Amino acid sequence: MQVHRVSRQYVIRKLLIMIPSLLGISVVLFSLLALAPGDPFDELATNPAVPPEVRAALRAKFGLDDPVWMRYWHWLIALLQGDWGFSFVSRMDVSTLIMQRLPVTLIVIGASQILAIAIAIPVGVLAATRPYSLFDQVANTFAFIGFSLPTFFTGLVLILVFSIQLDWLPFVYRADIAATGWAFYWEHIKQSIMPVTVLGLFQGAALVRFVRSSVLDVIRLDYVTTARSKGIGERKVITRHVVRTALIPVVTLVALQMPIVFSGAIVTEQIFRVPGIGSLLISSMLANDTPVVMGVTFVSACLVVIFNLIADILYGWLDPRIAFR
Amino acid sequence: MAEPLLDIRGLKTWFKTDDGMVRAVDGVDLHIDRGETLGVVGESGCGKTVTARSVLKLIDMPPGRFEAGQILWQGRDLIPLSMDEMDKIRAKEIAIIFQEPMTSLNPVYTVGDQIAEVIALHQKLSRKQAIAGAAEMLRLVDIPNPERRVHDYPHQFSGGMRQRVMIAMALSCQPKLLIADEPTTALDVTIQAQILELMQEMKERFGMAIMLITHAMGVVAETCQRVTVMYAGNVVEEASVEALFGDPRHPYTQGLIRSIPRVDRSAEKKQRLEAIAGTVPNLLDPPLGCRFAARCKFAMDVCTQGLPPLKEVGPGHYVRCVL
Repeated sequence: MQVHRVSRQYVIRKLLIMIPSLLGISVVLFSLLALAPGDPFDELATNPAVPPEVRAALRAKFGLDDPVWMRYWHWLIALLQGDWGFSFVSRMDVSTLIMQRLPVTLIVIGASQILAIAIAIPVGVLAATRPYSLFDQVANTFAFIGFSLPTFFTGLVLILVFSIQLDWLPFVYRADIAATGWAFYWEHIKQSIMPVTVLGLFQGAALVRFVRSSVLDVIRLDYVTTARSKGIGERKVITRHVVRTALIPVVTLVALQMPIVFSGAIVTEQIFRVPGIGSLLISSMLANDTPVVMGVTFVSACLVVIFNLIADILYGWLDPRIAFR
Repeated sequence: MAEPLLDIRGLKTWFKTDDGMVRAVDGVDLHIDRGETLGVVGESGCGKTVTARSVLKLIDMPPGRFEAGQILWQGRDLIPLSMDEMDKIRAKEIAIIFQEPMTSLNPVYTVGDQIAEVIALHQKLSRKQAIAGAAEMLRLVDIPNPERRVHDYPHQFSGGMRQRVMIAMALSCQPKLLIADEPTTALDVTIQAQILELMQEMKERFGMAIMLITHAMGVVAETCQRVTVMYAGNVVEEASVEALFGDPRHPYTQGLIRSIPRVDRSAEKKQRLEAIAGTVPNLLDPPLGCRFAARCKFAMDVCTQGLPPLKEVGPGHYVRCVL
């Protein structure tokens, strides 16, 4: 079947809307961090080797005594020039720190989302086409258990079973793998299995129930009866006419869940010691490393906004009634 | 006489609900000959739609099930057929259009795609040829600019135009029977006339039979050759249009005909429109005898004791009434 084309205008409009939303997010984040207690030079205050004048000079040099709006203005101008700031703790550019950590997080989150979708769509559709059957009830029960159990619990259970009892998988995620070639990738896959499974199953469980109810909503509609009356076979009726339409709200849900996925990833990264931006965020918060915290939260915000944009475009592509408006 | 195209005998389609079995269709007999238009009339909930959908086995099972009867399509019973075998009959031999043109088309595909889907499947054509066929069908049903409109989505069409698209889709494989389930009920009066006229035109062109389900007696008088009147899951009267309107025998049919508003009469004589008192009986536990007895002016003791049989009162004129 022909695929509906999303108009370029629609995409451009959606892209333009991103700018004010990102600006607003950055203002809120910056003000919150400015209001938060804690000072990156706290440690220096208790250090007898550093005289108070040096501390004051440092504060002045980094502009910490300026009013908030001026600091925000400086941050924004620097950001637009590609300068994300400088970490007080690790003495590195914030952008370098983030770029070291971001790929790991994106791979873990991406893989877990793919896993979640790969489980949820077939299981949800099958359950909905046979409502109240044994399969439906089993799927519902597992889905209920799946999203009732928090990731820090399932994560620990997996570590206990697969790392400690069976010793199949490593329970600490290492960035410094010595092997080369295929062994290098194999080690990476092995250490990703548990974090991806934990996140993916948690997301997938909630999605299964959503896909099921979405399919049940569509399967009763008149045009599904029309499709059946065409003699195209039940399989095509379901895949072409039911699932295609039922997936439209699922796309929105997946995109809207991205912030939850990110916060879930922070917990999961802590459990499996994954060196992603989640663990970077937590360590910099503990160290009062404001530029890094600002950078990481802003990057997460950008990712969430981008996922929403992708959802909007997919939505326009899946539902021709949207893009024509 | 030749074997009828479609011959429904003693069909019972029941639905299982939490409250018990709903006997939506409870022993329906009707037949359609080649090339004729049969009207199936009756008020809401009398089993017209369930009968129509039973023919194509478009009833969800469960909760529905065929309790008894036969649906003979050119002599072959459809009830025992598998869904795969039904798919060879659907659209190709028997097509259906529904009451709600606004919701009967899939909103995410172009109308051309939806028509081409049928053509490509049953006539074994490529997508491109099928789209050209779809445009040709749109032209037949008088949709302007068919080559351009074939790439439009359903929401870009009005209700009347969508019903034309549905007709185009239904006729694209030149079926022998078109089941039209209240095709004009959801449309404006002027559009109704156009759609009925189009169906008439298509019928003459393709020589198919039509099973027209409606509750509008006026529509029946204009378009049908024969009529089957249904009441509470039963057939109560069957006759040619002339016989039915000229000499209605069942009290229910008489009531239906008297309830047609007539501009000429009511204006002059200030006559009130006659309604049939009461409501359709509960199909969970239908009365033992004649189902219309509770609302019938002529009801007698014998009426509640057993279901009267269909008896022939004239050539091809059958009535389920003791009178």
